[in-house]
Amino acid sequence: MNDLRSPLARARGLGSARDGLKHWWAQRLTAIALIPLVVWFAISLVMLSGADYDVARAWIGSPLVMVLLILTIVVGLQHGQLGLQVVIEDYVHGDGWKLALIVAVRFIAVIFGLAAVVAILRIGFGG
Amino acid sequence: MSIANRPAHRPLSPHLQVYRPQLTSVLSILHRATGIALSVGALYLATWVIYAAADAKAYALFQSFNTSIAGRIVLGGWLFCAFYHLANGIRHLFWDAGYGFELKEAYRSGWIVVAVSLIATAASWIAGLRLV
Repeated sequence: MNDLRSPLARARGLGSARDGLKHWWAQRLTAIALIPLVVWFAISLVMLSGADYDVARAWIGSPLVMVLLILTIVVGLQHGQLGLQVVIEDYVHGDGWKLALIVAVRFIAVIFGLAAVVAILRIGFGG
Repeated sequence: MSIANRPAHRPLSPHLQVYRPQLTSVLSILHRATGIALSVGALYLATWVIYAAADAKAYALFQSFNTSIAGRIVLGGWLFCAFYHLANGIRHLFWDAGYGFELKEAYRSGWIVVAVSLIATAASWIAGLRLV
């Protein structure tokens, strides 16, 4: 197949929009990471049905669960942020609103992610 | 007035409202809808560990919602969204890799996604309700 791109365009590898490859790639990378994490988390959530405070804390605070839970929440929020950004870009047409919503989604994701990580570490290390 | 500034009253295409819903389009819309729901659900799950790091009284308050009928619907709905988005997401990854674009294949993989997400949801609901 003939490649109609210039050698420079091919070397940059940024596609026709010159932007977005990083976003696209990050969305796929987080998606692949989430396949085992979500399966693990969904099974855990079912197993924890009706668990009380002590049982839930003992589960969250065990070393392997801490690592997997932090990964699930952080990677999940990042994947959600990337996805919501695409939805906003598709359906919100005013530039101001578009930017404001993308910024708000990112801020909320970072705040909740950081708060969750601090909470998990606090449970695990007995704060 | 230049041509560029003239208000456009041309018909827009395609009109989603006049399209007959097809499996492929419905699954595509559902992927976005469950993705949005899961993003909100991720905040809810973050809130869960934040409450677990607080005292037992605060956690009991949070759990009292989870064990209510509304809470069961939210958590059960989260499981369906997670299984559906997971299965259809894998379908998307195959497309990204260049496989399964033929119409017949797209329908077959679509029905597999429907079956897998419904079976996984039913199994998790039954298992979860037995443990309560």
